Amino acid sequence: MAIISNAVTIADAGAFSASLGAMTLIKTITASNAATVSFHHGTSSVVLDSTYPIYLIKLINIHGVTDDKTFSFQGNAVGASGENETITSTYFKAGQNEAGNYTVLGYGAGSDQAQGTAYQIISEAMGNANDESGSGELILFNPASTTFVKHFMVKHQHQQHASQSYQTHVGGYFNTTAAIDNIVFKFASGNIDSGTFKLYGIKDS
Amino acid sequence: MGVISNGTTLLDAGALDSGIATGAMTLLSTVTASSSATVSFASGITSTYKEYIFKFYDVHPSADAADLTVNFRDGSSAYDATKTSSFFWAYHSEDDSDTTLNYASSNDLAQGTGVQPISSNPGYDNDQACSGTLHLFDPASTTFVKHFMAVSNSTEPGNYSINSYASGYCNVTAAIDGVQFKFESGNIDSGTFKMYGVK
Repeated sequence: MAIISNAVTIADAGAFSASLGAMTLIKTITASNAATVSFHHGTSSVVLDSTYPIYLIKLINIHGVTDDKTFSFQGNAVGASGENETITSTYFKAGQNEAGNYTVLGYGAGSDQAQGTAYQIISEAMGNANDESGSGELILFNPASTTFVKHFMVKHQHQQHASQSYQTHVGGYFNTTAAIDNIVFKFASGNIDSGTFKLYGIKDS
Repeated sequence: MGVISNGTTLLDAGALDSGIATGAMTLLSTVTASSSATVSFASGITSTYKEYIFKFYDVHPSADAADLTVNFRDGSSAYDATKTSSFFWAYHSEDDSDTTLNYASSNDLAQGTGVQPISSNPGYDNDQACSGTLHLFDPASTTFVKHFMAVSNSTEPGNYSINSYASGYCNVTAAIDGVQFKFESGNIDSGTFKMYGVK
């Protein structure tokens, strides 16, 4: 049965006709001393397939157990495991220390990948003091494509362990034509002590 | 007839009630390119929204290594608004032989009316493309210049990953009412472009 108001169909056939917004929150994961945080299609209500052409993952106050560790992500193609997809990427950063006597803007050659299968670094040397954390976002374009490589872009801001503010920017692609249906985050060592991870789908028409 | 639940009006007069959360970002239009010279959003850019976001993905050129570009319409039929902009990029080769972060002066504009590159050199191999986002702020303003910011990633013909950043402003106080994408040469073989309004 349709819901029609003032001759306008608001809902019909099990769906709203009226716009409910293009950005849909799919899943929130609150980490608590977790080795990894994983968004895997079909697991725990996660949708990460052709339902949406663009996915956005927000990272909020990610805090590591261990000091001075990189924070990173990888993916799995459908049916694969091991988080070892081939990545080519760029990484650059800008930062300043709290004393105001050191600034940097530069390419981070040790944090990019050239057909590598390692976890892709999002941020380096994150601190683990009680008030230190990192926040940012990852955009993943059309992970269900079986034609094109899968582009991603990350922007992130964190407190470095030696009291420095860093923004980092990562761009790259999973160099595979297989669909990607799993994104996993972790620190280089030590657990994710706390943090909020939100997966959104950006609607198709 | 309205729909009221537990004393709360959910919808009435042909629309959801203003108190119902519907999300701040609304998909306004989608264009799927197919051997297209240009992709234009020639309507729907008004004062309704203070920010418009364009998302493009799997944009595949017919010509190798042509920049994906944008231009803006400021009252006439032409997409030729005067722009001043900056452009920088980071790139990295798949064989790990080359990395760069630098300003690309060939891709900026100083009071230029030509196209603004937003994604550098995507290749035309079957699996190569570019994807990214363009923000356009307050295009209907007749007081201020119109700022834009674009970020993208592309797969370059020589097997590089290129992360491009373009920002600038249309140096006009006339409203911007159209946005057009095209490659510097050749057609847009395929690709999806979406325009969103942000409340």
